[in-house]
Amino acid sequence: MDKLIELRDVRKVYSTGRLEVQALRGIDLEVGRNEYVAIVGPSGSGKSTLMNILGCLDTPSSGSYTLSGEAVAGLDRNRLAEIRNRHIGFVFQSFNLLPYATALENVELPLLFAGVSTKERRERAAAMLERVELGDRMEHKPTELSGGQMQRVAIARALVNRPTILLADEPTGNLDSASGKAIVSLFEELHAAGQTIVLITHDSGIAKLASRVVRVQDGQIVEDVRAAA
Amino acid sequence: MKTLLAELRLVLRLFQADVTHNRKRIALTVIAIGWGTLSIVMLLSFGEGLRQSFHTNTRGMGVGIAVVWPGATTRPWAGLPAGRPIQFTDEDAELIAARIPEIDGVSREYSTRRGVAVGEKTVNARIRGVDASFGAMRNITPQPGGRFLNERDLQEKRRVVVLGDELAQDLFGSQDVVGRTVQIQQSTFTVVGVAVPKTMMGMYSGPDKGQATIPATTYKSMWTDHRMSNLIYRPVSPELGDQAKAQLYRILGGRYRFDPADERALGVWDTRRNQQITDNIGLGIQMFLGLIGALTLFVGGMGVANIMYAVVQERTREIGLKMALGAKARQVMAPFVVEALMMTAMGGLLGVFVGLVIITAIGLVPVTDDALAFLGKPTFSLPIAAATALILGSVGTLAGFFPARRAAAIQPAVSLRYE
Repeated sequence: MDKLIELRDVRKVYSTGRLEVQALRGIDLEVGRNEYVAIVGPSGSGKSTLMNILGCLDTPSSGSYTLSGEAVAGLDRNRLAEIRNRHIGFVFQSFNLLPYATALENVELPLLFAGVSTKERRERAAAMLERVELGDRMEHKPTELSGGQMQRVAIARALVNRPTILLADEPTGNLDSASGKAIVSLFEELHAAGQTIVLITHDSGIAKLASRVVRVQDGQIVEDVRAAA
Repeated sequence: MKTLLAELRLVLRLFQADVTHNRKRIALTVIAIGWGTLSIVMLLSFGEGLRQSFHTNTRGMGVGIAVVWPGATTRPWAGLPAGRPIQFTDEDAELIAARIPEIDGVSREYSTRRGVAVGEKTVNARIRGVDASFGAMRNITPQPGGRFLNERDLQEKRRVVVLGDELAQDLFGSQDVVGRTVQIQQSTFTVVGVAVPKTMMGMYSGPDKGQATIPATTYKSMWTDHRMSNLIYRPVSPELGDQAKAQLYRILGGRYRFDPADERALGVWDTRRNQQITDNIGLGIQMFLGLIGALTLFVGGMGVANIMYAVVQERTREIGLKMALGAKARQVMAPFVVEALMMTAMGGLLGVFVGLVIITAIGLVPVTDDALAFLGKPTFSLPIAAATALILGSVGTLAGFFPARRAAAIQPAVSLRYE
């Protein structure tokens, strides 16, 4: 099995003045190609910190992180930005769409930062919106879309640059259950099509649908269960 | 580069969104920049007008010329005692012209006050007798239709006169008087020219506008006992002025037997000095005014920076998002710099436009007062435009750069949770 993510004894310490908080206390984790991993845990367990490190939004205090064969620790901000652009597709709980830009423009953003030409950008973004069934909403602004539609725009944005990993942080947290279900089934579809997904959630019902559940508590992995294939 | 261009569309969209949200704040900032630009444009333009008027007015008496008066010796020389007065003769002018190659123009000047009459009307004016080269050297330009004295006037001792503009006006009530006659000491003189009006910052024996100029030869035949009051000369080039002056002392010292180092034997007024000094003063004033304007503009720039800091704060989350999606520091910073530049450019255009309107309006007001003529017209020139643009550009860039740098320093992991 191809190893896309490899964490070795990753620790993260936050110091706030005199107080030191150990958010992660030695995480070892491997994620292979086309896995669908749910990371679960109560709030304060360190799963958000883990997500930040997996998404290269933050770097470990110690330990090593290899993403798609490349060591991430110690890279500068611009290099990290490139890696995020190329390998990670983010989906956030609160969608994080630019309010003044259209759905199409929002989806174009990662391609813009990647330096893709206008024509190709437009085509790929449009195709991706079609893929999430929003072909008729391309020129709409986020305020003109429902929550479920906004999250689908966000997913299209996450996938448009063909990331190695789709990294979703409580993607259904702000949605009603019907819209949430639609998003979850979209994830299953993507997984079936070969997309590697890491999902962070505290909703065990959603976690159950993943092919593997990693439980985090007090900054450590306490359980790692693979569903029978 | 392509990315930056593509980003520009987004930046414009951002700016538009920003304008609708913070209309009042942005308007105030643009006005602040406009005000700063207006003051820099006005101050520099007034400075330029003043500098040009200084430049023209110091040259009203002539460019680079020197005036020489006979003095008296202050030290014994070649067996002669100190305190001996020097007096010029007609041959001195010829000698200077022939023997000093650094000098390319010499004129005698005889001078007296007499009544000049037209019919019943008499004006007491200064009459001077000069050579033909005097007009060009002393910047006495005839108005169209007239001429200055020429060599034949001198050879033939013609009774012709060139009138100052004010004297012509006083005598005839008009300046269009070429061909008419005036009476000087019961002699009839034909007017051959009236001088163009000018402002003089330096002068001796009164302004040129009130004088009547006649050939030196004519003057001598009328007042045979008069002595030459002074000589005028012009060096070949301004750089040769000091050499010409030294030569003058040497030649005249040999002729009148005084020590060439005896400064007081001749009174020399070298106008080059004054012209240089006033030019420097003019430049100094302009720099001073420009500095005040630049400081005012700088205050406006601080306003822009302040706004941009607030905007960075407001968009923390958005910046974090862009970074998460792979925006590099440059791509995060560019929109803020561009937005600051846009505000600065809008304010700058506003300021320059209002400034040009005011300057044009002032230019249309006719100048009747001497003091106003001296102040000059505010003048907007290309160097001023360039200087303003340069200062505006740097203020705008700086005002955008620091907030943008702050934006790029935001930690995406933290800012994504920022509310």
